[in-house]
Amino acid sequence: MPDVQIQYSKSASMYQLFFRKENDQKTTHYCPGCGHGTAQKLIASVIDELAIQDRTVFLSPVGCSVFSYYYFDTGNIQCSHGRAPAVATGIRRTLSDAIIIAYQGDGDLAGIGMTEIVHAANRGENITVFFINNAIYGMTGGQMAPTTPIGVKTLTTPEGRSKSRDGNPIGMCELLASLQAPAYIERCSLSTPKQVLRTRLAIKKALDYQVRKKGFSFVEILSPCPTNWRMSPLDARAWIAGELEGDIFPLKCFRDVPQEIQPDSLSVIRPDIVTLLTKDSILKTSYDGPPRAPKYIKIAGFGGQGVLSAGELVAFSALEEGFNVSWLPSYGPEMRGGSANASVICSDEPIGSPVVDCPNVLIAMNNPSLELFENSVTNNGIIVLNSSLVERKPRRTDVKTYAIPATDIAKKAGLVSAANVVMITALAAITGFLHVSTVKHSIGNVLRKKLYTDKNLEIVENTLSYLREKEMM
Amino acid sequence: MGIRLMKGNDAVVFGALMGGCTHFFGYPITPASEIAQQAAYWFPLAGRHFLQAESEVSVINMLYGASSAGARVMTASSGPGIALMGEGLSYMAGACLPAVVVDMQRSGPGLGNIWPEQSDYNMVVKGGGHGDYRTIVLAPYSAQEMFEMTMKSFEIADRYRMTVFILSDAYIGQMMEQVSIEGIPSESGKKDWAVYADAQSRSNLITSIYMNIEKQSEHNRKLQKTYEKASRELLEFEHVATEDAQVVFVAYGICARICLSAVRSLRRLGLKVGLFRPKTLWPLPEQEIKQFAAAKKTLVVVELSSGMLASDISLYANGATEVLHIGSFGGATPTVTSLVDRIIEHIGDRHA
Ligand SMILES: Cc1ncc(C[n+]2csc(CCOP(=O)(O)OP(=O)(O)O)c2C)c(N)n1
Ligand code: SF4
Repeated sequence: MPDVQIQYSKSASMYQLFFRKENDQKTTHYCPGCGHGTAQKLIASVIDELAIQDRTVFLSPVGCSVFSYYYFDTGNIQCSHGRAPAVATGIRRTLSDAIIIAYQGDGDLAGIGMTEIVHAANRGENITVFFINNAIYGMTGGQMAPTTPIGVKTLTTPEGRSKSRDGNPIGMCELLASLQAPAYIERCSLSTPKQVLRTRLAIKKALDYQVRKKGFSFVEILSPCPTNWRMSPLDARAWIAGELEGDIFPLKCFRDVPQEIQPDSLSVIRPDIVTLLTKDSILKTSYDGPPRAPKYIKIAGFGGQGVLSAGELVAFSALEEGFNVSWLPSYGPEMRGGSANASVICSDEPIGSPVVDCPNVLIAMNNPSLELFENSVTNNGIIVLNSSLVERKPRRTDVKTYAIPATDIAKKAGLVSAANVVMITALAAITGFLHVSTVKHSIGNVLRKKLYTDKNLEIVENTLSYLREKEMM
Repeated sequence: MGIRLMKGNDAVVFGALMGGCTHFFGYPITPASEIAQQAAYWFPLAGRHFLQAESEVSVINMLYGASSAGARVMTASSGPGIALMGEGLSYMAGACLPAVVVDMQRSGPGLGNIWPEQSDYNMVVKGGGHGDYRTIVLAPYSAQEMFEMTMKSFEIADRYRMTVFILSDAYIGQMMEQVSIEGIPSESGKKDWAVYADAQSRSNLITSIYMNIEKQSEHNRKLQKTYEKASRELLEFEHVATEDAQVVFVAYGICARICLSAVRSLRRLGLKVGLFRPKTLWPLPEQEIKQFAAAKKTLVVVELSSGMLASDISLYANGATEVLHIGSFGGATPTVTSLVDRIIEHIGDRHA
């Protein structure tokens, strides 16, 4: 004998004693001849070789490998059935230097988890997925998997998988290779010692890509399940070579295009959050004058008349003048037919219901709005109507009506969409419940298109001239 | 400090940023999409992460991953989306992972419609997923509370290692009100159980499976202990004029706002009516309900459902007092006038 001592030891990234396991802490729980054990030993040895044990987070799936965390001396997370790529995405967004391994069976990945794997691959997540394809649902006792070949008998295909009933086995590598983002996709096999060594090379390349931030890597491993195939371990390996590796699951590299992953620059700059969130906050003046009557305002018109922003303008102005305010957009059946309305309440008292059922101010921008809401106005309430479009006078005699040709005034100034500003200016000027100066000040804050601020201010002045001319203020 | 006029939906995002949330994963659904849209705008500005997932199933699993890695995480959705998250929520509960989930309730069942209901109560408060678990449920009724409750929910989630739900409704989300942005921003500390992909945390394991009857029961007992502790410590509610009241409305969310107006109207008429508002739905203030019942106050539960909250209130009242239910469906809300009339009728009947 030459002077050689053979020492059997596990990779450092595998626990030497499987302390999380109840019995027999020296062996895995996999059946004799199972491919999971082989694949996991290969992965552990590559983790050692790349010196990434501390940085590795291993995701155990649902399936026979659910207890992978018994074996891997790395960070471990057990995931729900099929969702490991989504879990990996969450981790990727959190730990930029982690080496994330999703290890999934064919039921897990190609059945229930099809959505998650496709989208993670499509985003080009810098993660590594090891796809253990044993063409069967192992853990649940041998039912058909998405990868079971045609004709193969399983517990749920007692007469064999039928193409017409069950469809063809799915080639995941082929499918993922139709996406642009993945960096590396290869199918390997554990059928023979030679193939096992090739598999190790693929595992190494996949993890190396992740280490070097080259993007999404995916290695499919054809793997024996002697128990559910009802074969001896040796026959099982031979069956892979004879039946799976041929036309159904050809062994090859489908993609090898390392990507440049953009470094995640986001979390580097963290501005002061309070400064950011209070940047353009409002100066609310505290009001200590005599009590003011609450206003329950309904503003209604067709979509495009700026009904919602008119409400916002009132609410914003009232807030600046020290009112409590609420603004509620139409959010109910009345929105059908293109009509919109906003409920605005301005009150010295804290506001209860934000819904205005009985307004004491109705701003009607078009005919249907008057029809719909006239009767709901309270006794002695106010109706301000857009006389450019509303053809009739209110029937109610117990309310005050102000007719303002808002659309015409706005159109004359060249900004027909500002009829809402005319109406709110009129409301403020006529009732005096808001200062026109506050409304003017609020315009810049409320209107999204800052471009039109000057135009709107001009329209406020035009409205005031009109009101003076008609002696309405 | 600053005051803004903002929607409840926007206030959630501000609260999240103040509460130290670093990751928002979302999937669009009316009436919660605005929250994701605001998050997509504000989170990157604040140096944090927003990602639109491919489904709510993926959303909850992204939360699972990021939370496992120690981040403060959240999402927002509505009935159908929350239902899809059921399994993931249960996994998070089993694995003791903190998260914040907003449910802007819409009408159901099925696709229903986009208008408000409060019919996710059973799904959210009793736990929509499988297994014996709980989530903490906060019920805001204003934009200000959307901000405050979201903000503090991250600390709570971390403290108990549980999911905190913000159970709101389409009205509270759509409504704009004054929100005062105040409080001290917080950040997640290092978590000794999280997986950080480093040497120190290498031995940490996030899992919910215990293939051993003894260990699984021990784990479940531990969970129950946490729930028991949380239910003692987190209870929050508000009394409005309940002390001398003969009739007490019980309501949360938009219904509590409507009831508040009804109480004021009824008080102006000289009727002794109050409002009791649970701010936590889990835990639900059991003792308060029992006290109302012992004092023979009529409880009127107003909610946008067939009586999900009402059945819990009846359970606690245990026949000691009358529990009425006023409900509506499909996006309809009771009007203040209808509540006022109903109470007048009820008190009239009583004293006739
Ligand atoms: C949502 C859900 N559905 C079903 C199951 C039951 N289940 C456990 S393992 C498994 C199949 C796993 O098969 P595969 O992914 O091929 O892995 P293998 O066991 O063959 O390694 C199923 C269906 C589950 N745990 N969760
Ligand atoms: S059932 Fe099959 S896949 Fe599962 S451990 Fe046994 S051989 Fe391996």
